[in-house]
Amino acid sequence: MVKQADWSEPVIFELGRKGRRGHILPAVEEGVKQVVGSVNTIIPENMQRKSKPKLPELSEVEVARHYIRLSQMNYGVDSGLYPLGSCTMKYNPKINESLANSKAMNMLHPYQDESTLQGILEILYRLERWLAEITGTYEVCLQPAAGAHGEFLGTSLIRAYHKFNGELEKRREIIVPDSAHGTNPASASMAGFNVVVVPSDKDGCVNIEALKEAVSERTAGLMLTNPNTLGIFEKNIEEIARIIHDAGGLLYYDGANLNAILGKVRPGDMGFDIVHMNIHKTFSTPHGGGGPGSGPVGVSEELAKFLPVPRVVFNGERYRLDYDRPHSIGKIRSFYGNVAVLLKAYAYILSLGNEGLREVAEISVLNANYVAEKLKGIKGLTLPYGDEVPRKHECVFSAKPLKRETGVSALDVAKRLLDYGLHAPTIYFPLIVDEALMIEPTETFEKEELDRFVEAMRKISEEAYKNPEVVLKAPHNTAVSRLDEVKASHPRTMILSWKMRLKKGGE
Amino acid sequence: MGKHNHPYIPNSQPEIKAEMMKTIGIKDVDELYLDVPERYRLRKLLNIPRGMSEFEVKKHVESLLAKNKTCAEMLTFLGAGCWPHYVPAVVKEIVQRSELLTSYTPYQPEVSQGMLQALFEYQSMICELTGMEVANCSMYDWASALGEAARMASRLTNKNEILIPRVIHPERLATLRVYAEPAGITIKQVAYDAETGQLSLEDLKSKISEKTAAVYVENPSYLGFVETQVEDIGGEAHANNALFIVGVDPTSLGILKPPGDYGADIVVGEGQPLGNPMNFGGPLLGIFACRGDLKMVRQMPGRIIGMTTTKDGNRQAFCMALQTREQHIRREKATSNICTNEALCAVASAVYMALLGPEGMRELGETIMYKANYAMRLLSKIQGVKAPVFNSPHFKEFTVNFDEAGLSVKEAHEKLLKLGIHGGKDVSKEFPELGETALYCVTEIHSKEEIERLAKSLEDVLAGRC
Repeated sequence: MVKQADWSEPVIFELGRKGRRGHILPAVEEGVKQVVGSVNTIIPENMQRKSKPKLPELSEVEVARHYIRLSQMNYGVDSGLYPLGSCTMKYNPKINESLANSKAMNMLHPYQDESTLQGILEILYRLERWLAEITGTYEVCLQPAAGAHGEFLGTSLIRAYHKFNGELEKRREIIVPDSAHGTNPASASMAGFNVVVVPSDKDGCVNIEALKEAVSERTAGLMLTNPNTLGIFEKNIEEIARIIHDAGGLLYYDGANLNAILGKVRPGDMGFDIVHMNIHKTFSTPHGGGGPGSGPVGVSEELAKFLPVPRVVFNGERYRLDYDRPHSIGKIRSFYGNVAVLLKAYAYILSLGNEGLREVAEISVLNANYVAEKLKGIKGLTLPYGDEVPRKHECVFSAKPLKRETGVSALDVAKRLLDYGLHAPTIYFPLIVDEALMIEPTETFEKEELDRFVEAMRKISEEAYKNPEVVLKAPHNTAVSRLDEVKASHPRTMILSWKMRLKKGGE
Repeated sequence: MGKHNHPYIPNSQPEIKAEMMKTIGIKDVDELYLDVPERYRLRKLLNIPRGMSEFEVKKHVESLLAKNKTCAEMLTFLGAGCWPHYVPAVVKEIVQRSELLTSYTPYQPEVSQGMLQALFEYQSMICELTGMEVANCSMYDWASALGEAARMASRLTNKNEILIPRVIHPERLATLRVYAEPAGITIKQVAYDAETGQLSLEDLKSKISEKTAAVYVENPSYLGFVETQVEDIGGEAHANNALFIVGVDPTSLGILKPPGDYGADIVVGEGQPLGNPMNFGGPLLGIFACRGDLKMVRQMPGRIIGMTTTKDGNRQAFCMALQTREQHIRREKATSNICTNEALCAVASAVYMALLGPEGMRELGETIMYKANYAMRLLSKIQGVKAPVFNSPHFKEFTVNFDEAGLSVKEAHEKLLKLGIHGGKDVSKEFPELGETALYCVTEIHSKEEIERLAKSLEDVLAGRC
């Protein structure tokens, strides 16, 4: 058992004293105000801020201590196994951080003269080429800030393609499997498409007959994860691609699970026209508790002309940002992408190289299958969709028997794992598995840590059958015990800011 | 570097690998890929470089970065949506704490209280700064936040026309178009007063109608002046049952009236200047806040952290709130597809705002305004230079016109660059009606001496002395 730090840290607004300050700004030099006059004469009366913002007043010491304490009440990849399925929580190499945090990176402005940007443009240009090679696509756009942002770019490209061909009016549907990530239907919808869901077959793969029935002249495209969210490779991908392409649709690859096939299989070779990657998953950049991520998109030659501007181009001597793309959809954000994140991916790819990246895929798959094999014997857990096919980077267990026999649910198992100093898997996803525990160990955890996870799962199963209370009331060793999440979202009790807290407290 | 025993892949050690394969009952890892159709199996190595040692990687990346010239190596006056400000050392220290840096979205709140509380504090401080009641824990950047705000306004009003100013960052406009078009939203631009740059109330009144879902203004505007008629603009929006959306540079909010005080329904903006480095334009930090009424909050995009208690009610704690708006629950009916956002940048901003406090934020605004206005005064004295173009109050950016100087913005820029000075952004193509004009930015990091050096150098350049 492990005990997480708990500082019972007050909200920052409750700390400090009036008049304290945490930072001193550079002075306005002698002579400046004499020339300019008072700011209150510059800003018209009606635009002046009359009362100061009610921010906390703290010394630097208190601010540092507050946030260091908060950090100690948080679990990260450096704390231990983080087997969140489809999230690829792998180790984030430190060298990448130190390069990205250098002045050489931090102090670059996006509108600098191109003659002063040759190094960073070279890095971005090369990274685009490498990612195109890894995914088997023709051109890569580095601009999306996250996976879902990449998906939005992807579905916008599907839109642009059909519009270009004069077919957008009739091609209103994007097909997604029922095992898809929630972002897929949401991204399709954001780009103005209706979502058609196709069921999975007994083997966990797309039901081909259902897919054939779903396609029509209304089909704009299909969004697919391969390997899928069960960790199973869609073996009928050739037929799926044919069905979609014959219907005039485009094939979109959700790259959340790309880690499993690096250097082994390429989405472009499987017929995918658009591919997004999650740099903060597959290419090891830290997730930061919810970003910044990066979600580059690779496309086939036919779609390249629609990519956002600018494109990084190279004439053999100089790198340049090219805005002259008449068919471009425009922009999905400002500037060129989350460049500090992309720099880490550049360093990561170099640290692994071509052989190393393939090893990443192989060991991530080895680790997932190893964990699956070891978990198989544990009472109360089953591995739906059979154990005939090997899993790829993740495996999805069901705690349905455990729940039926002991009352202990997947959620309870997840909470109890926290007591063992492990992060929980993704739970209740994919939706096609009851009481799902979706486990992705990644390649960066050693066998001993995987064994520790398996052992914890075994113990939790034992506890569930012998003393379910301890699991039902878990976690016990974390900073706080189980939370009232309903209260957080109920209109009457909802507190979304300190201001709201003060207001509700006063009622 | 060989593939075995890679430092990041502990189980690549051959004996461990063999042991694990034995457990699974395979002899070769490739057996785990047997279900992949043979024709798709990549039988060659990817055409990317071989692996390198950490030292070689460092040397290589540093040598590439050394080919750049950073803003630390030349006196730079660029802004336009990504601004140079000082990032205090404490901020950098906190966001490098690996517990925060290497954590995922806080799906398990019991082990993620640190991140959750820090994000709640960020949201709360943004609310104080903007005068709004609810903020989400971030969007990708200002541009995408604006796109989402337009969609939210359209959902809330059931109308599909957005009025925006002609004076808007072209990249924000381009982004807005991509976000708006699939939702059937049309965008109309409202002209500005040629003398002051202010949004033309006359043109606004001619374009606004019952079809208008929202009116959007930026304050300070893209070209640096303060929009002073915001009360009238907001009033006009509300009189037509449209929402009022305001875009902000938060560094101005210590001295400028917060949008919540002049009727804004939704506030968007760029949080990068609050404690985040420029990083060649990314990551940025999209601010998104709105009024507290439930109908609005339920239509908000993005993650929102809420304060709650433990189930036993004994302890205050934090978790994600209103998740039923989000894609992992609502799928195609979600308010947005956003999940990963810019959380750690939001934490940086929280630390920054906490360090500065109410007095520091006021000082920041004042310092910037004094220095920018000082630069404006000095430049406007140079023969042939007009700074600013518009007769309005300016905050930290201002237009510099070279029409009378006999040099194009480009020529002046190139000559300055030779003197180790990087001038402002050339906006003459974006606003041809303004002639040869550049957008200069001055913040608290520019010293009086540096501003004087700019003025002196520009004078020399224009006089043909260099």
